[in-house]
Amino acid sequence: MSIFIDKSTRLLVQGITGRDGSFHAKQMIEYGTKVVAGVTPGKGGQSFESSVPVFNTVAEAVQQTQANTSVIYVPAAVAASAIFEAADAGIALIICITEGIPVLDMTRVLPYVHERGARLIGPNCPGLISPGKSKVGIIPGGICKPGKIGVVSRSGTLTYEIIHQLSTQGFGQSTCVGIGGDPLIGTNFIHCLAAFEADAETTAVVMIGEIGGTDEQLAAGFVHETMKKPVVGFIAGQTAPPGRRMGHAGAIISGASGTAADKMAALQQAGISVMKRPADVVPLLKERL
Amino acid sequence: MNLHEYQARDILRRQGIPVPPGEVATTPAEARAIAQRFGGKVVVKAQVHAGGRGKAGGVKLAKTADEAEAHAKAILGMTIKGLTVHKVLVAPAADIASESYVGIIVDRTSQRPVLMVSPAGGIDIEEVAAKTPDKIHRLAIDPRYGLFPHQALGLGFALYRDVKQARAAADIMQKLYTAVYATGASLAEINPLVTTPDGTVQALDAKISIDDNELERRPDIEAMRDASAEAPAELAAREAGLTFIKLDGYVGCCVNGAGLAMATMDLVKYYGGEPANFLDIGGSSNPQKVVSALRIITSDPNVKSILFNIFGGITRADDVANGIVQATREFPLKVPMVIRLIGTNEQIAVEILKKAGFTALTDMDEAVKQAVAKAKGKAA
Repeated sequence: MSIFIDKSTRLLVQGITGRDGSFHAKQMIEYGTKVVAGVTPGKGGQSFESSVPVFNTVAEAVQQTQANTSVIYVPAAVAASAIFEAADAGIALIICITEGIPVLDMTRVLPYVHERGARLIGPNCPGLISPGKSKVGIIPGGICKPGKIGVVSRSGTLTYEIIHQLSTQGFGQSTCVGIGGDPLIGTNFIHCLAAFEADAETTAVVMIGEIGGTDEQLAAGFVHETMKKPVVGFIAGQTAPPGRRMGHAGAIISGASGTAADKMAALQQAGISVMKRPADVVPLLKERL
Repeated sequence: MNLHEYQARDILRRQGIPVPPGEVATTPAEARAIAQRFGGKVVVKAQVHAGGRGKAGGVKLAKTADEAEAHAKAILGMTIKGLTVHKVLVAPAADIASESYVGIIVDRTSQRPVLMVSPAGGIDIEEVAAKTPDKIHRLAIDPRYGLFPHQALGLGFALYRDVKQARAAADIMQKLYTAVYATGASLAEINPLVTTPDGTVQALDAKISIDDNELERRPDIEAMRDASAEAPAELAAREAGLTFIKLDGYVGCCVNGAGLAMATMDLVKYYGGEPANFLDIGGSSNPQKVVSALRIITSDPNVKSILFNIFGGITRADDVANGIVQATREFPLKVPMVIRLIGTNEQIAVEILKKAGFTALTDMDEAVKQAVAKAKGKAA
C-alpha cells in the first residue's frame, strides 16, 4: 500500500516536450512510472522517446489513454491554466511542480479543482514518490527505499535530506509527499496525515514543516485528536528573522504563530516527537516504534 | 515587493478612491516648493519600506514652507530600521474627525482574500488584533463572485453609523478589492481611513505589497520598484537569480533549496555558531550562480567561514563544484570553506573538487560543525 500513487497510476505529463518536463519524464519512465501520455499544444501526434504519445489537449489525452493523474511542468505564466485544464478533463490527481504561480491565481484555481472532486498537490512542490511503485515529480528515486514510513513536507531538498537519513539507516518509505512551499496549496498536512493514518502499510509518519502560517498547528491538532500512528516532526527556520520571506513564498513570519518556536511547541503538545535537527529523525522514530 | 506610500496612494487614486493631495520630494528645496504650492500646514513623511516611521522621527508637521524644508533636510538621508530615506511625501495636514482601518490580505487558511475593517485605525492592526480583537471585522471574499454590495455595506456600517459615510466606505472597499486583483497585491491596506470635519471619507495613508510572482506579467508595477530602497547585497543576489537575506552572524551559508537553507542555518546555531545569511541558489544548476553566490557571501566582512550544503536533485553537484572552482580562481578566498555535497553527479563533483585541492564531506552535521569551528579559528 501507499498513498495517492501506486502501480495503478497512469500518468500524463503536461509540458512533456519542455526542458524540465522532458528531463523528468525520462527519469519517471526509468523509475518505472506508467507514463501514458504527454501534452504540448501544437505537438499533438508526435511521440516522446518513441514510446509516449503526445496530444494537443488534456481532454484528448485522457480520452485516448485513460490517464488518471497529471503532473505539470509548464512555465508559471500558464501553470494556473494547465491546472484548470486538467481538472476540466476529469483528472483526479493533479501534481503541479511549477514554481512562481501568483497567489491570486490560486484563489481561483483551488475552488475550481475542489468543485470537480480532484486533488491538487502543490504548486511549487517536488511531487511525490511511492518507492518501488511510482514516482511523480522530481524527488530523486535513488535516495528512496520501499518501506513503512510516510513522509510529508513543505520543502524540497530538506525532504531529500530526511529521506536520505531514513534510507541509509534502514527505514524505507511507503510514500513521500512534498506539498509545496507556497501560501495557497491544494493538499495540506492534514490531508496527507489522514491518508497515512488510513494506509495499512504505513506505521509512522515524519512531517517536515517550516515558518509561516499555521498549517503545522492545525496538523498538530489533527494528530492529537485523530491519529493513532506515531508522528515525528521537524520545523525549519528557527533562526529566521520575522518579516523576511525565506525563499518560499509561504515562509515568512508574520504574527507570533508563524514562528518555529510556536510551531515546535504546538507539535510537542500534540504528542509529536520534535527533531532539533534532521539527524534526529531515526533516533526519534526508533523511540516511537 | 513593497510599494512606497506615495505609490500606493497613486494606485488607489487611479481606482477612484478619494485620496487627499500629496507630492514626492527628493531634495529639501523640492519639499519647500511643494509646501509653498499647497500653502498652510503640511506633513513631511519619510518614504521607506519600514513600519514605525513616526516613532523613528520620519514623520513631521510643518507650519511653514521654511519648516517643511528643514524637516525634509532632517528626514532625507536618515536611517529607519537599517534603510536610508531617499524620498519624502509632502501633503497638506488634514483635519481628522475619525480614523479607521480597511485592509485586504490573502488568507492561507480560508484560501481566499479576506477583507478586514476596524473602527480602531491609525495604529498597527496587529496591535489592535492583540489588544482588542473584537474591534476587527473579517470577511472572506469568494473570488468567483467578488465582494457583494451588501457585504461591503455591512462592513461600512461597522465603521460608521451615518449611512452616507457607510456607503462611501463600502464604495472604497469595492475599489480596494478591484485594486488588489488589478495590481497583483498580496496585501493592500488603508490605515487610516479618515473622516474629515465636513464628513467626507478619505484614504490618508496606504500600504500595498505586490506578490513577487505577479511582477513578470505586470511591467507597469515592476517599474515602480525602488532599487535604492533595497539592501545592496540583496539587490545583487536578486539580479543573479539567487535568494539572499543578510543576517548578523559569521558563518556564510550557500545552500540549494529554501527549506534546507533554513535547516542549515538552524544547525549552525545548534552547533554554537551564528549564520551570516540565508542563501538559496535555487533549483536550476548553473556554475555562474555559484560564482555570484560566493561573491555576495564574501563581500560581507563579518563572514569568518563559508559553508556549502548541497543536496543534488535538479541541481547537479558537478555544476556546483565547477562554480566553486571557477569562483576561487577569479577571487581567492580569504576565509576557510567547508563543502558538503551529495546527490546527483556527486562522484564527478568530488573529482572536480579534488583536482582543485578541495575536499567534500557527505554528512551535513559534520560539515556544519567544521564550518563553525573554523569560523571561531579552531581546528575542527
